[in-house]
Amino acid sequence: MPQLTTIPSPSFELVHHTLDNGLRVVLAPDRSAPVVGVAVLYDVGIRSEPEGRTGFAHLFEHLMFQGSANLEKLEHFRYVQSSGGTFNGSTHFDYTNYFEALPSNALERGLFLEADRMHSPRITAENLANQLDVVKNEIRVNVMNRPYGGFPWIYLPAVLFDTFANSHNGYGGFEDLESATVEDAADFFDTYYAPANAVLAVGGDLDADETMALIEKHFASVTKRPAPLRPSFAEPPLTAERRSTHDDAHAPIPAVAIGYRNPDPVGSLQEHLAHVLLAVVLSDGDASRLQRRLVQRDHLVTDIGAYLGEFGDPFDERDPTAFTITAHYPQAESLEAILRAIDEELQRIADNGLEDGELDRVRTRLLSVMFRELDAVISRTLEFAKFELIYGRAEMIAELPQRLLAVTDDEIRRAAAGLTPNRRAVLELIAGGAR
Amino acid sequence: MTVPALTEPRPAAALAVAERTLPNGLRVLAVAKPGVPLAEVRLRIPFLSAEASHPAHAALLSDTMLTGAGSLDRAGLAAAVQALGAYLNVGVDSDRLIITGNVLATALQPLLDLLRTVLIEPTYAADEVATEQERLVEKLTIARSRAGTVAAEALAVRMWGAHPYALDLPLPEAIQAATADDARALHAARVRPAGAVLVVVGDIVTDAVLDQVEATLAPWTGACPAPDVAALPTPPAGPLLIIDRPGSVQSSLRLGRMALGRSDAGFPALQLANLIFGGYFSSRWTENIREDKGYTYGPHSRIDHHVLGSTLMFDVEVATEVTGPSLLETTYELGRIASLPVTQDEVDAVRQYAIGTLALSTATQAGLASTLSALSAFGLGLDWVIDHPARLLALGVDEVSAAAARFFAPSELTGVIVGDAATITAPLAALGAVEAAG
Repeated sequence: MPQLTTIPSPSFELVHHTLDNGLRVVLAPDRSAPVVGVAVLYDVGIRSEPEGRTGFAHLFEHLMFQGSANLEKLEHFRYVQSSGGTFNGSTHFDYTNYFEALPSNALERGLFLEADRMHSPRITAENLANQLDVVKNEIRVNVMNRPYGGFPWIYLPAVLFDTFANSHNGYGGFEDLESATVEDAADFFDTYYAPANAVLAVGGDLDADETMALIEKHFASVTKRPAPLRPSFAEPPLTAERRSTHDDAHAPIPAVAIGYRNPDPVGSLQEHLAHVLLAVVLSDGDASRLQRRLVQRDHLVTDIGAYLGEFGDPFDERDPTAFTITAHYPQAESLEAILRAIDEELQRIADNGLEDGELDRVRTRLLSVMFRELDAVISRTLEFAKFELIYGRAEMIAELPQRLLAVTDDEIRRAAAGLTPNRRAVLELIAGGAR
Repeated sequence: MTVPALTEPRPAAALAVAERTLPNGLRVLAVAKPGVPLAEVRLRIPFLSAEASHPAHAALLSDTMLTGAGSLDRAGLAAAVQALGAYLNVGVDSDRLIITGNVLATALQPLLDLLRTVLIEPTYAADEVATEQERLVEKLTIARSRAGTVAAEALAVRMWGAHPYALDLPLPEAIQAATADDARALHAARVRPAGAVLVVVGDIVTDAVLDQVEATLAPWTGACPAPDVAALPTPPAGPLLIIDRPGSVQSSLRLGRMALGRSDAGFPALQLANLIFGGYFSSRWTENIREDKGYTYGPHSRIDHHVLGSTLMFDVEVATEVTGPSLLETTYELGRIASLPVTQDEVDAVRQYAIGTLALSTATQAGLASTLSALSAFGLGLDWVIDHPARLLALGVDEVSAAAARFFAPSELTGVIVGDAATITAPLAALGAVEAAG
């Protein structure tokens, strides 16, 4: 088999600065193409939602697009798109992001648009009612009217975790969403959308000094407010297996999600990386352990996957984070055999370690996937912002190849040995759409 | 405080395509695009066929092509690919088979070696084919449990009748009836270099890559058969077909009609008219039924390009209880853009958006590779991408309004809707002719 001897390592020029109001700034100049990425990450996500307000962080994300200090409703979208750019935002468990990909001649415009809503989003009863309807339709299309909708990210946390912060439905129940008020939104903004609770990253075709001056011009006047203290959301590993079921009216065949509470992805980075590599060993491609065993040999499942982070990004969350295995399978009565086969494969890794060359090839593949994520300027910019926010250092991206190379076979064995039946939560999807 | 003006745009660095048609007939396009240390590979093989068994055989071939080749079994091939930091996947639709790959740029040669083995020595082992056959049936069952798939399939049948384009996904019975021999025979007949196009984009030296490909794929020989498929019929307009999905909390509306291909002189104006109507977030359709009325998470209209013709397609999922009002507003916006001129501001906005997003979509290795591969099927190349902004800049309100008048008349659209028939039929019937699916 061909083997690679050297793995390329990316290098980035990063410029850091913190404004007087506490806004952390990361610039990543790269003048190879006339495009820029602008990303603002606020250090608040699903886990910080108040009880009785499930789904609020996401609803609030929608409200941030509804006009701001100097912009009427619809203007934000129009200014970005008529500049030749694209925009979006997304709500995660530990943060919420807002971003634009723009031709570089719209850089200052992009900064202005982000600063304007950091100053004051225009939250009115009318906009709230409209976006409540939009969000309910988002949930209908992505969850209620879709087979396997929201599975497992909405439902597994309720089995795997105990606290409201970690276990509640992050898209939100309709009752909670409907009871949200303009006052709630104003409070949420005041508390969590302080500049000191945010990271601004700008990447691509820019001059660092000029851009920093533009950032001072537009963001320095955002009122300084204290960043909220973020409580620890950590929960210790399970000690006894948990089981639950989820009814899906549209799904034609059953599915299962198996979750484990994982080591702190920030504080125990080396252990975390061993789990990241273990997930690749288990389910990336036809050579992976679970594909070979459960799909190809035993014909137990239609597909199977292992991943870290509720949305499949292993670097997206602070403690706690989950290691999740999901599978779809044609015969409902196969569940115990599926769990047994997964346990045996984990035990085999724990007992015998990896095969010759296995660690090298999965590591090479993982690095290649990570490089590919960095090709688009806006993706890269979002990654810098995320690593700055979660890990405190955007530079971590460039260091990951070396850190992954330092992970040993023994560490992956230990990671596999920790995924025992008594530590897992098993959520079985009951297929209501079976014919 | 006013919104900052745009500054002077900076031109993009010129990209150059190195191109060669190999002695075996394979056309190879290579573009040097440094950035991340990777190379993207797209091998597009024409796969149009009028044979009734073709869709099932093609799907089975697509799902089993990588289950073994030469001396490598399934896991051995996958491990060899993974060791290069690479990924290989095979996909198929009515028009083409496409092998998609990416790899660390330094390992392009060994990936090409593996690709050659797959192309000329595929195994199609009976047990692997049987495994994938069962999985494919399950995957198709899952796909058809989605309202959007049901709607798309029904619309294809309504638009294309007996034409092969009417069948987007194969039927489970046809998959079950197919064999490893069928996949092997289809591979032997159609997975051939003459007529196929290989695109390589990335951190590469183009001339060296052309030489590498020529040397590596020389043993792959033969020609893709000429397509034997009839021209597309004109989709019939007519009543909105209602397909019952009892208890559905949303209704999935799909509308379609013929459009213009990228080479047509009228295409740029149609492209802009479509953006104004429903092709981007700041469109009339989105601003009306999402941002004003909240009926939906988002409507979308788009131009799809198929080898035999291009289509203008509309899709939206709306809450069940506002299905009638959603059709009312949709028909209103269609009628408005077909009957009244668009504005200069609208044209300026979508033109800039079209130019900017074309640049963004070709700014990544993967985006550029996929774009060049898709264009190659229509005899277009990087020139089309480079020249397109000038075509858009030449347009004014009159041309865009004329395109809208020609293509957006609601009376000419073919439509289906999937939803809770008991609730939505009466409100829909109040607005126009409907027909219940039998």
